[in-house]
Amino acid sequence: MAYNLSYKPYGERAIFIEWPAIIDEEILRDVLSFKHKIEKLNIKSLLEIRQSYNSLLVVYGFVEINFKAEIETINKIYSKSESAISLDLMQWTIPVCYEEEFGIDLEELSGLKNVTKSQIIEWHSQSIYTVYFIGFLPGFLYLGGLDKRLHTPRKSTPRLQIRKGSVAIGGSQTGIYPMASPGGWNVIGNTPVTLFDATKQSPCFVKPGDKVRFKPVSLDEYKSIKILVEAGVYQIESEVIRD
Amino acid sequence: MKPGLYSSIQDFGRFGCQQYGVPYSGVMDRYSAGLANIILGNAPDLAVIEMTVMGGVFQFDSDTVICVTGADMSPKLNGETIPQNLPVKIVTGDVLSFGKLRKGVRCYVAVLGGLLSEKILESRSMYQGVTKQSVLLKNDIIEITTSSSFLIIKNALVKLKDEVFENDYLEVFKGPEFDLLTKNQQTFLMSNSFSISKNNSRMAYQLEECLENVLEPIITSPVLPGTVQLTPSGQLIILMRDCQTTGGYPRVLQLKESSINVLAQKFTGDKIQFNLLEY
Repeated sequence: MAYNLSYKPYGERAIFIEWPAIIDEEILRDVLSFKHKIEKLNIKSLLEIRQSYNSLLVVYGFVEINFKAEIETINKIYSKSESAISLDLMQWTIPVCYEEEFGIDLEELSGLKNVTKSQIIEWHSQSIYTVYFIGFLPGFLYLGGLDKRLHTPRKSTPRLQIRKGSVAIGGSQTGIYPMASPGGWNVIGNTPVTLFDATKQSPCFVKPGDKVRFKPVSLDEYKSIKILVEAGVYQIESEVIRD
Repeated sequence: MKPGLYSSIQDFGRFGCQQYGVPYSGVMDRYSAGLANIILGNAPDLAVIEMTVMGGVFQFDSDTVICVTGADMSPKLNGETIPQNLPVKIVTGDVLSFGKLRKGVRCYVAVLGGLLSEKILESRSMYQGVTKQSVLLKNDIIEITTSSSFLIIKNALVKLKDEVFENDYLEVFKGPEFDLLTKNQQTFLMSNSFSISKNNSRMAYQLEECLENVLEPIITSPVLPGTVQLTPSGQLIILMRDCQTTGGYPRVLQLKESSINVLAQKFTGDKIQFNLLEY
């Protein structure tokens, strides 16, 4: 489906392309496939293409750009239908320990929702989440698909420090803190997996469009996975997504 | 030996990994940092020391040539005043120190050949969570190129633009959500001067004066250094080099690259005014 896109210059060196302001997988697919097409244009002065729920930001290097000409070039390929673009999407299974040591807000959440802690864990770990984009912190995944029953307002006073790997719920979103950070989300568990590794050429193994599910693990399993992660030999469970 | 108030190593920034949520970082005032490098005959984007408000004390373990630019922090070599914006020859054991802040906010020290600190994702710019250190600490040792031969570089023709310090005008373009503002809001933005609040850092500068505002947050979307955001309470926030990659507030203006440099030399209480440019 072709959407009605808006194109705007954004500062001296970027073009902002916007889809309707809706969080939707259909739009995500269209955004990602357009991004892919623009990348294939091999624009010489292109610095990078950034993406969010409903937009692309095409950033040029240190050059003056002719907005009209560039927008025309880019828009020409939007409507051009190509044989299905393969985005090589993956589904990742991320181990999460929901035990007390990590799930510091589980108790409160279970009181708030009037259900058992294991019910909350079940709801959280049975959904399959869609990765929309990465932002906020290096390696922070914006995930869609949180069970409505788990929607919970952010804490009124944010914590000064949330530990690395914390799995948390804020409003209608769930996410993983890739590094220690202040934060106002409700922490329900922790993953031993590293989401962001600056020493790698591709510092995140997850990419927009991928799927993520959380698999509950015991504290003992958590510890042994952590050892493997630190040794750099842990293999995250994954499979290729076929449409 | 001493880092000063807030000092870090910065080059022109980390590009191509914003898609992983990594900020650009890089020197706040590219004009001054680039100038320091050019005067030494370096490429403009080599890593330099960026000091904020109060300079540090540095001892050299080898011969080299340096150049100090940006804010005037009364630079001294072994206690003797040295000039800014000119190459200064250094011999092993020399001590570079700084005194009273006379002008600007951020001062740069470039070294012949550039600083050779840790390079992560193609950049030496320090940023928490990406590089091991986010600021310089007491007694840190920074590796530099040892230069035995001192070539006098004839770059004395570099013409100094003092507008980085003198200018109170920030040149801006419309941001993606500018047209959502009412005529009154647009007029208010363009006709008033704004003062910089005490919340100003490498991440963002907040402005004191608020706009009457009923605009709701937007769906999280990309932002850039120089983006002026409008919060639901009507506060204006100008994002700087260490800003996050995405944000949820309407993006009403976008600073011209050169105006980011101007703002980087402003401090709490300084006044600025926006000057709208056409695309």
